[in-house]
Amino acid sequence: MTLNVSNLTVHHGAICAINQVSIAVPTGKLAAIIGSNGAGKTTLLRTISGLKNPTHGDITWNGQSISGIKPEMLVRRGISHVSEGKSVVPELSVRENLELGAIWRGNKKEAKESIDQVITIFPRLGERIEQRADTLSGGERQMLAIGRAIMAKPQLLLLDEPSLGLAPLVVEQIFQTIRQLATSMNLTVLLVEQNAMGALKIADLGIVLNLGKVVAVNHAQALIDDPAVRAAYLGY
Amino acid sequence: MDFLNTLLIGITSGSIYSLMAISMVLVWRSTRVVNFAQAGMALLSTYFGFEAVTKLGSFWIALPVAMIGGALFAALVEMILIRLLVKHSSSGPIAGVAPIIATLGLLGLIRASASMIWGGQDVRIIGPVSNDGFTINGTTLVFSPLKLLILITVIILMLILSIVFQKTNIGLALRASAYAPEIARLSGIKVDWVRTLGWALAGAAGAVAGMFQTVNGNGTLSPDSIEFSLLLVSGFIAAVIGGLDSLIGAVIGGLVLGLMISFVLMYISSGLFFIAPFVILLTVLFIRPQGIFGAKAARRA
Repeated sequence: MTLNVSNLTVHHGAICAINQVSIAVPTGKLAAIIGSNGAGKTTLLRTISGLKNPTHGDITWNGQSISGIKPEMLVRRGISHVSEGKSVVPELSVRENLELGAIWRGNKKEAKESIDQVITIFPRLGERIEQRADTLSGGERQMLAIGRAIMAKPQLLLLDEPSLGLAPLVVEQIFQTIRQLATSMNLTVLLVEQNAMGALKIADLGIVLNLGKVVAVNHAQALIDDPAVRAAYLGY
Repeated sequence: MDFLNTLLIGITSGSIYSLMAISMVLVWRSTRVVNFAQAGMALLSTYFGFEAVTKLGSFWIALPVAMIGGALFAALVEMILIRLLVKHSSSGPIAGVAPIIATLGLLGLIRASASMIWGGQDVRIIGPVSNDGFTINGTTLVFSPLKLLILITVIILMLILSIVFQKTNIGLALRASAYAPEIARLSGIKVDWVRTLGWALAGAAGAVAGMFQTVNGNGTLSPDSIEFSLLLVSGFIAAVIGGLDSLIGAVIGGLVLGLMISFVLMYISSGLFFIAPFVILLTVLFIRPQGIFGAKAARRA
């Protein structure tokens, strides 16, 4: 189950956000996509999950083309997207947010088991299960957003800036959890991050985007050791 | 006795306004459209109900017939008209206005079609029970068996609706799609269909409001019925009082409006029939612009 993006071009109106991008992420690997603001990271994720339509190019998953398929249908094919900015429904309770992720499966018993599984991963959510999501801290909301995505039993997890606006200790914790999830559930993960160092540390491979183009692809550790990448994105 | 009378009449008509407000809120929540055709849709559903009462002879069969007819018609309107309009006018100043104008056009279209099909004259719907007031200790109330029945039916329907919304997956999908359509979509909810369902529920609620408004009035129905204009205005005002986004707000908005109108007519002047709702609306908007149950800072414009 490989994710293949080939020659992908995406426009926002007249502006070209993604320019002939090709990437491949093998099954079970965690790929970090790093790059500065406006590099096209979020657009890339939104195009893969079907929220945005590409201008050119193709995306395949499990060997089948998925470009142009709606996000709600891609969830049924094992692709879950946690969008930028703690993607939870603030007006719903923690339990309802989690249940939401499994409605399409149409099996209440399985949904209950999945909730138990999420609570095992994030015990804090279990303590707050009946609270409204807008009463949670930033870190807890991010856990809930990831938990909701897991409720769909995904094979490919798209994460957009999970560290955004979180305290350093919480960031560390979230990154570790993502790594453990990827390994234990054999997930393929595409992790978009401004926190390049944090992301590369837990990733198998790294992809550097700049102004809508791929400028480097390598093993994550090799990117950390690369002087050019260090200077441009890691700050030392 | 006057006081009790006024209270009960206010609650009864208020409960009908609540239903109408619920249908406005359901539509607003699912597609962010203020649906001025709601009264027309209720009118059409009530004509369906009239046909059913006339042919089958039972109000209690006619009511679900009107509800199903209203739901199907509303679903069609959403799928054919609104979905297209929202898609093609997704940005710019026209985006917010086009669907609203379309619903106004639809209102006219429905009224014209109704008068072509059923004629301009009044038709009559016979209520299920008498609308003659109860007599207590020799005094006759305005509150009647019919009004009691309306009240009970509306309460039952609202209980069913609130159970659906709070306890079922469909209700969860409806709420999530209203609050955060993108997140709902990413969670695998077919938001387009949930929107259609929201319109269908609104159509059914409007149908009940139309049927009850007709039998609670003088029992007659005509394409340019003043009762339905009043229903639209009251439903809309009740929805706004309740914050436009809240179902509980719609219920309370309807009851508040019904009671206030009833008391104004009784104790101030019966000539204020059409002015009172607007004065109440303005007062609420001055004191609490976001409505009683509206969120203080609107998350969405």
